[in-house]
Amino acid sequence: MSSFKEVINSFVEGTPNTDTVINVKEKRTYKHHEKSLTERLTSMIEKGESKGARNAYTVIAVIMAIVIIGCLIYTVSSLPPFGNPSNPANNEVVRKYIMDGIADTGAINFVAGMILDYRAFDTLGESTVLFIAASAVIILLFRKKTSAEEKAADIEEKIYEDKHDVILRHGALILVPFTLIFGIYVILNGHLSPGGGFSGGTIMGAALILYNLAFGDKSTKKFFNFKVYKVITIIALSFYAISKTYSFYTGANHIHSIIPKGIPGNLLSSGLILPLNICVGIVVACTMFGFYSLFDREEI
Amino acid sequence: MFSGLINNFYETAAIIVFGIGFVTLLLNRNIIKKIIGFNFMDTAIYLFLASKGYISGRMAPILYNETTPTLTKYINPVPAGLVLTGIVVSVSFTAFFLAIAVRLYREYNTLDLHEIVSMMNKEENEE
Repeated sequence: MSSFKEVINSFVEGTPNTDTVINVKEKRTYKHHEKSLTERLTSMIEKGESKGARNAYTVIAVIMAIVIIGCLIYTVSSLPPFGNPSNPANNEVVRKYIMDGIADTGAINFVAGMILDYRAFDTLGESTVLFIAASAVIILLFRKKTSAEEKAADIEEKIYEDKHDVILRHGALILVPFTLIFGIYVILNGHLSPGGGFSGGTIMGAALILYNLAFGDKSTKKFFNFKVYKVITIIALSFYAISKTYSFYTGANHIHSIIPKGIPGNLLSSGLILPLNICVGIVVACTMFGFYSLFDREEI
Repeated sequence: MFSGLINNFYETAAIIVFGIGFVTLLLNRNIIKKIIGFNFMDTAIYLFLASKGYISGRMAPILYNETTPTLTKYINPVPAGLVLTGIVVSVSFTAFFLAIAVRLYREYNTLDLHEIVSMMNKEENEE
């Protein structure tokens, strides 16, 4: 038993007292570690849960998995042979995309022509899924820091941030510009070679993360904070939606579109695909860095 | 049946990886391991789609060494686009699940789903 003074002190300091708050704060006593079998058994008995239900769950899960995998394996065994040109998957859709792709879209990468021209609203949906996922993560993890918390975080950062980590800083100084340039190259050549907005954006996001790791939070915030993230992402998504709406509207009504196709194979060609790739790349880079920063310190 | 499986060995491997992911998802109680199982299933589906698009002896669908495309030179470009979509959706959902796992851990100090559910039941009963 603890004295009245101790109880008051613990209440003021916010530390849980073992006597009074055992029921309310019981969840705080759980620690994250792999429990041994006896511990599990005792906790099960204490909680009054039946072991049978869990065993039944395991058995049903295994049976379900076996049945589903068996059905799938049986289906795979009767699929048409691998790599055969006359498979039913290689039908007139493929013919259309490959034979008319260059005339329709101007991109010599047929996949880029397909995802950013024929099915461009699908890719807009993808970018929107990424944006909504980032928004959901922001809702779940974003914490506006009060001034006291900020001070504590600053002190903590000063402790952990090693200003003289020569290898990390010099390595980052060499690597970050080249990674950024490579990401931009992949985005700009999305309609000419393998790559495009998603892969290039991920590379640029990796460069941003490396910069943040090497040079700390404050130098990153000079050019990338929450406001910049919001503005850039929303402008990119809106530009994508509006330009593609224009393109589909003119195409469906047989109106002459003002967007030039260019000579296939040139960097400035293939109509809207290049700007759309840039938009997607910006959204992906911002979102990747945003995920990292939210999981790391709950802010952008 | 077995000759079909050997002919389609990429698809068979994809189904096996899918099974591993599915069992991981069902039998593990740790949320992070469940998310890893989910990602296994995603990867298996990419492998399946990519192998369905492959045609032996042909190249990636990018115009090469010619001005007008020859149909018999390139593989099927449709599964590549589908895999791209799948990767983006999988990344988004992994981030979302991980954020939920972080919040659950902050609330209940455990990642064991059974313990979380029993604690939630207890809280409901108290109310």
